[in-house]
Amino acid sequence: MNDKQEMYYKVRDFICKVTRKQELKDDDDIFEGGIINSLFAMQLVLFLEKQFNIRINGTELKRDNFKNINTIVKFLEEKQSKL
Amino acid sequence: MSDYNQNQYQRYVSEFLESNITPYANKFEKEGSFDREIIYKISEAGFLGANIPEDYGGSNLDMLQIGIIHEQFARVSSSIRSILTSSGMVALAILRWGNEKQRRKWLPRLASGECVGAFALAEQEAGSDAGNIQMEAVREKNHYILNGQKKWVTMGQIADLYLVFAKCNGNYTAFLVEKNKCVLVEKQDGLLGLRASMIANLSFENCKVSDGNILGVEGAGLEYVASSCLDYGRYTVAWACLGISQACVDICVNYVKKRRQFGAALIEHQLIQQMITRMIVSTNAVRLYCNNVARLRENGEAESIVETWSAKYLSSKAANEIASNAIQILGAEGCCDKHPIERYFREAKIFEIIEGTSQLHEIIIAGSYS
Repeated sequence: MNDKQEMYYKVRDFICKVTRKQELKDDDDIFEGGIINSLFAMQLVLFLEKQFNIRINGTELKRDNFKNINTIVKFLEEKQSKL
Repeated sequence: MSDYNQNQYQRYVSEFLESNITPYANKFEKEGSFDREIIYKISEAGFLGANIPEDYGGSNLDMLQIGIIHEQFARVSSSIRSILTSSGMVALAILRWGNEKQRRKWLPRLASGECVGAFALAEQEAGSDAGNIQMEAVREKNHYILNGQKKWVTMGQIADLYLVFAKCNGNYTAFLVEKNKCVLVEKQDGLLGLRASMIANLSFENCKVSDGNILGVEGAGLEYVASSCLDYGRYTVAWACLGISQACVDICVNYVKKRRQFGAALIEHQLIQQMITRMIVSTNAVRLYCNNVARLRENGEAESIVETWSAKYLSSKAANEIASNAIQILGAEGCCDKHPIERYFREAKIFEIIEGTSQLHEIIIAGSYS
């Protein structure tokens, strides 16, 4: 498994675990359908920061960055490429 | 932090309070305010900048030390304690989501007490339902125009910097608003408790705010900025409730040994033993929970969010029951302001409401497990 795949599975596992939706598709909008609420938004931030050793700043809190599993993985890849 | 260091720090906070707050706490409650001098003293002791890094003039304390501060302050004055939560929430928002310019500008002033911060989210129709805020922000070139009202703003009467939440093109957004003529401040009197927490209702009339005063981005106001502030607030309230519970236990244990009825000390009566036992065990359980949450928060664990909700729920419920039992044990003595018990009783009820009602906690906590 390469780094990107590992990243993908960690993100997917976490989101499925906190939302209790195993059937979640990679492009399902996790904010739109009431799948995720404000409680989980902060949980997601803390999880991503700790798991991937990054710091998410205020200007990165755009909905598009955290819209679905695909965009989160893309955001992480970009973030890590800048480290 | 080791047990020794924890005890040392607790003693440090407690001695500070004994010298600087305890003698005046009742006066502040009766007058509904306290002097700016007190704020500077709290700052000098390192409490106001507790969650601010040293680079920005703060004392950069760990989560357990912050908990200890709130526990000890609540024993003496929950009103004075509330400035630590209020300014602390604003500081946290700036530190967490602000840019470097905002951090350099505001954090040293919040840590020193030169600037008092206040969190302005609630409105007439938006309490637990924060998503129903009506306050509006309209963008015009390089600034925003804010219009609307905020309610129940702790330290709102004396704040120099308000963290205000408004809808901007339908997106919830957080703004830093400096005290100025377009923010009308109305004092809120007649409170059940925390009477010196200088609560105000605010009106914003065509309030011009630079776009450099947004925290984060448009749309990040509730889910990230307000959520992280309230999470910090809940953590501090959980510890404050622990302070109330522990103080009730301490007072009652002392009282039941001395007070005699029917020819025996109260502690020899089995029904009193039952009440004291429940108070002690419940307080110890809350302490364990709060300590665990401190550890989770210190480690930046995602589960700290739900566990902080749980700690505040458990602690505020326990404080209500314990303060009520404490009054029952002290009898008529507990019903007058000779003992702080009657104040604890009033404040415990408020703690079951602020930073989310117990009912909202039940929705959130149950929802996170189902």
